Amino acid sequence: MTTVTKTVGRSPWARPLQYLALLAYMCFLAFPLLFLLTTAFKTPRELQSPDAGLLPERLDFGNFTSAIDKADLYTAAGNSLLVAVTTTLVVTVVALPAAYALVRFRTKMRAVATGWILLSQVFPFILIIIPLFLLLKNIGLVNTLLGLVLVYAVWSLPFSLWMLQGYVAAIPVELEEASAVDGAGRLKTLRKVVLPLLAPGLVATSLFTFINSWNEFFFALVLIQDPDMQTLPLALARFVGAEGQVQLGQLAAAALLACIPSLVFFLLIQKRLTAGLLSGAVKG
Amino acid sequence: MTALAAPPRRRRRSADGRDAWLLVLPALLPVMLFSVYPLVYGVLLGFTDAEAGLNVETRFNGLDNYIELAGNGLFWESFKIGLVWAFSVTILQFLASLGLALLLNLDLRLRWLARTLALIPWAMPPVIIAIMWQLMLNPSYGPVNRMLDAVGLPSDVNWLGEASIALPVVVVVGVWAGMPQTTVTLLAGLQSVPAELNEAAAIDGASTWRRFWHVTLPALRPIIVAITTLDLIWNFNSFALVFVLTAGGPGGTTMLPSLFAYNEAFRYGNFGYAAAMGNVMVVLIGAFLLFYLRGQMRRRLQ
Repeated sequence: MTTVTKTVGRSPWARPLQYLALLAYMCFLAFPLLFLLTTAFKTPRELQSPDAGLLPERLDFGNFTSAIDKADLYTAAGNSLLVAVTTTLVVTVVALPAAYALVRFRTKMRAVATGWILLSQVFPFILIIIPLFLLLKNIGLVNTLLGLVLVYAVWSLPFSLWMLQGYVAAIPVELEEASAVDGAGRLKTLRKVVLPLLAPGLVATSLFTFINSWNEFFFALVLIQDPDMQTLPLALARFVGAEGQVQLGQLAAAALLACIPSLVFFLLIQKRLTAGLLSGAVKG
Repeated sequence: MTALAAPPRRRRRSADGRDAWLLVLPALLPVMLFSVYPLVYGVLLGFTDAEAGLNVETRFNGLDNYIELAGNGLFWESFKIGLVWAFSVTILQFLASLGLALLLNLDLRLRWLARTLALIPWAMPPVIIAIMWQLMLNPSYGPVNRMLDAVGLPSDVNWLGEASIALPVVVVVGVWAGMPQTTVTLLAGLQSVPAELNEAAAIDGASTWRRFWHVTLPALRPIIVAITTLDLIWNFNSFALVFVLTAGGPGGTTMLPSLFAYNEAFRYGNFGYAAAMGNVMVVLIGAFLLFYLRGQMRRRLQ
């Protein structure tokens, strides 16, 4: 009896300590978010007063409306959306056939591609951005959204390929063979068998590309100087420098709004995301 | 079977090869043009005196950049800061994430909430994370100082503005921002450790600590090596977070090498010199990774 309780029951302190640790983690993770959230709902008067509580007196949407009304933030959000959507379309169209080919046709290409995918992660951005800047300048694409789309597409491609490869590899090749035996041509097989099975993975991959472009900062910082062309992260970073100290509530509101696309996406696919990342890694 | 099937199979294979090329080409062309070419170009630029501006002639200058760089105390100072930053963030992030992943793997209440909270920083743009922490740490109205004030501790600390503490503070923000990936990966790893192994060890009378050390940790090793390697690379190359938080200040105490090279290239226009810094960074980091991964491989083989 005693031996059983000794191995199974462990110390009576274990559970409370575990909860304590979990609580500490939750505070560390949640506190900044809570602060941002409450700040966004506070009126400027509340933010000025030194003895205001942590929670706002009431839900005030004034910060959100005035943040949206700001012309440059509005333009910037539009630019970000345009760039992110175009990048996602380009990357998906280009990566899908390539991922399929890399998995289904066993050629040397796959080893080379995997090598390139890994290598592209190690190189410091500075080595890529200087030549890209010069290249885009030569063809007149600096300070344009098209230039940004090109850079983002190429930049997202390795990771999208990596993820998509995992999803393609998860589709049993026997299904395609069966479809071929039934007399379906290659294109028909791809359209009717492979594509539907790949759809969830494709959605996850393209959303991932979307979020990466939506959030990207460094390339935009170097390639975009024209205020009319700036993306949301750029506009927000400048907002901090210019008037953010005064317009605290607006800044917090704008920051929250900028997070919404990624937050929605992550909460929707949190399970699939990890599965996709890992399968890409394991089967790569 | 092979003898019979060989001729048609070979034809089939070459057709397959053509198909494969056709499918890969749309991806290959832009990657060659906007990824391989710039990278090769970038490495070569490191051996030239390229500068920003029109009509500036660029010449190869051999190792001049590296000789100059060797004597550039500021760059090596920044490189040292980069190493301190990358290693402290990676190690702290790993320890914190391992703890959280172990907790999330237990059957605790509120696990879903902690799990969701742990994911949120991943979904936030680094620029927003930086803005948020800047507000948090503001010396006059930031909630951190206010809370310190409420419990009677010194509350006039300028967290991001004081040279002696800016780097550790930035490291904490880096850990906060990077924990999700590591936690999620480690959690997935933990869930793939066969429960029978732990049960068997428990029946043999192994304590929780010994089971963790001798069963769980070895099973996790490949995942730990993979994620810490990636974290280290990402952290060493990270830019946006620190750029927005401190821009390298105060007094250059948080000047990561990526920020340093960015300033050199796009503020002072010394493209060749900045590319040379990039080359030095990639060689040193590459050498370290090779060393680390080879050590781990050897351990695994033993």
